[in-house]
Amino acid sequence: MDNNILDIKDLKVNYITDEGTVQAVNGLNISLKKGESLGLVGETGAGKTTTALSVLRLIPNPPGKIENGEIYFEGKNLLEASEEEMRHIRGNKISMIFQDPMTSLNPVMTVGEQIAEGIEIHQGLDKQKSMEKAKEMLELVGIPKERSVDFPHQFSGGMKQRVVIAIALSCNPLLLIADEPTTALDVTIQAQVLDLMNDLKEKFDTSMILITHDLGIVAETCDKVAVMYAGEIIEFATLEQLFTEPKHPYTKGLFGSIPNLEEDVDRLKPIRGLMPDPTNLPKGCTFHPRCPEAKETCKKREPVSIDTGNSHMVKCLLYEEVSQSEGAK
Amino acid sequence: MNSDVATKNNASTKTKSKKKRSQWSEVWRRLKQNKMAMAGLVILTILVLLAVFADVIADYDEVAIKQNAAVRLQGPSKDHWLGTDNLGRDIFARMIHGARISLMVGIVAVSIAILIGGTLGAIAGFYGGKVDNIIMRFMDVFLAIPSILLAIAIVGALGQNLFNLMLAIGVSSIPGFARIVRASVLTVKDQEFVEAARAIGATDTRIIIKHIIPNALAPVIVQGTLGVAGAILSTAGLSFIGLGVPKPRPEWGAMLSDGRQFLRNASHITTFPGLAIVITILALNLLGDGLRDALDPRLKQ
Repeated sequence: MDNNILDIKDLKVNYITDEGTVQAVNGLNISLKKGESLGLVGETGAGKTTTALSVLRLIPNPPGKIENGEIYFEGKNLLEASEEEMRHIRGNKISMIFQDPMTSLNPVMTVGEQIAEGIEIHQGLDKQKSMEKAKEMLELVGIPKERSVDFPHQFSGGMKQRVVIAIALSCNPLLLIADEPTTALDVTIQAQVLDLMNDLKEKFDTSMILITHDLGIVAETCDKVAVMYAGEIIEFATLEQLFTEPKHPYTKGLFGSIPNLEEDVDRLKPIRGLMPDPTNLPKGCTFHPRCPEAKETCKKREPVSIDTGNSHMVKCLLYEEVSQSEGAK
Repeated sequence: MNSDVATKNNASTKTKSKKKRSQWSEVWRRLKQNKMAMAGLVILTILVLLAVFADVIADYDEVAIKQNAAVRLQGPSKDHWLGTDNLGRDIFARMIHGARISLMVGIVAVSIAILIGGTLGAIAGFYGGKVDNIIMRFMDVFLAIPSILLAIAIVGALGQNLFNLMLAIGVSSIPGFARIVRASVLTVKDQEFVEAARAIGATDTRIIIKHIIPNALAPVIVQGTLGVAGAILSTAGLSFIGLGVPKPRPEWGAMLSDGRQFLRNASHITTFPGLAIVITILALNLLGDGLRDALDPRLKQ
């Protein structure tokens, strides 16, 4: 508990719109130790980005609203912190890498100025010194420091993402949230950027939450994995546990959708159906309409997260009943 | 291209002010490629020079306002390049002295409008919700009054002098700028880099000044140059109905107004000031368009 750098408890975030209330995150629990990296996996709309923004308290309000829950960072509840305190944390202790490097850099500022900005805000250095430091950061991510006077449009996508990483790491944050950092990049650049992130993470001893929908990236970079579905964590395990023994039918479905090099399969088995409408989530287990193993009870009762051994958490009635019946014996 | 890279590399090793200058020299380089904008700039420069050196070219008291019945209503000649008006005053001399007023009123009025309107628009666009509603409804009320009418009312209420004229024209164009800045801030503020700036802990003020305004500037600059043109027109209009600069100070609109009685026999009295207004406005518009293209780093080839 004490060495947990981040503890999210029972987080619930809604977007209140005219068309109805979107339940983006429903009772989410995550904990992360120092230096650990957690992969947050899920489909589009599962609430991954919302979770990340909640940690920084950057949910656009209105329409977004954090209804419930606690987010402890270094033992302090961020949801009770003042805006002033949050500003001090953002970029300094927790920083974020955004999905699309094409749009997350200011087109009319030089990259040097943009890296220097965070340093200037948090370390109280003057312009010249923060610029010096910005140049160091640029070298660190493998871009010659002479290019600090160039504008973002003069860089390629991969280099822009390096700049974004340089901005995120410029103040040695304790926690780095990377929101699909490689989605907008091609595969070779993806590998380079991931390597870079891993190296820098080790170097600065930063914890990381990596948001992605690519299990391959998770396998390469993370220690632990949380699978998200309809705003909930449905499975939480170490990398090895999840890849060798996925338990939740949804996780199994995800693996079934990936071509396997070793087995000869005629067709992939994708998960049928689509994500449920978040304004109108199904009763009981939110996954039951798509679940190949759904039973009558799944429509009625909502599962709770249970430990199936070695901190492998699953939120599924299949396992709940097993453990209950075991308990009864 | 090679020399371009070289200057950039040089600039980077020097101090920050040097680097800023290289950024502006880049804008200047792109502006130079636009022939129409350069034409506009040349015309404007000539006008500004004429206005600045008006006293050297033609003495204000002796030539521009001293009446001389002997030479009234003369057409263009060697002595009077653009002819004389109904009171025998040299039209060229009056025009270059009038340029001073027109240009000054135009620039000062637009500065007032950009400063006040821009601030209001930026606040409205950035914060949205109630703040936006209050500011913009207030602007709508302003907008409902025809701007020339508003200017007439302000000059009428405060009294007729140069400062009140600038204030009146400036105030009456505030809503236009507020709307443009707000619209442009709205498109910028939802972009990811603004969120990214928030995620590194920037304050609202910093985000508005460093991230939003520079990105929202292009339409404002274009509107600004057009606004100077509009302000010159409004000044001319106000002078035309006798609410502009007090006589006998020469002003283009007032000259038009004075000359209209003689339109049939001495049309040059109205033609030349009219042409001056047209040319100035054209030049400003050309320059405005060119500046918009040059200031946008994304359009760089």
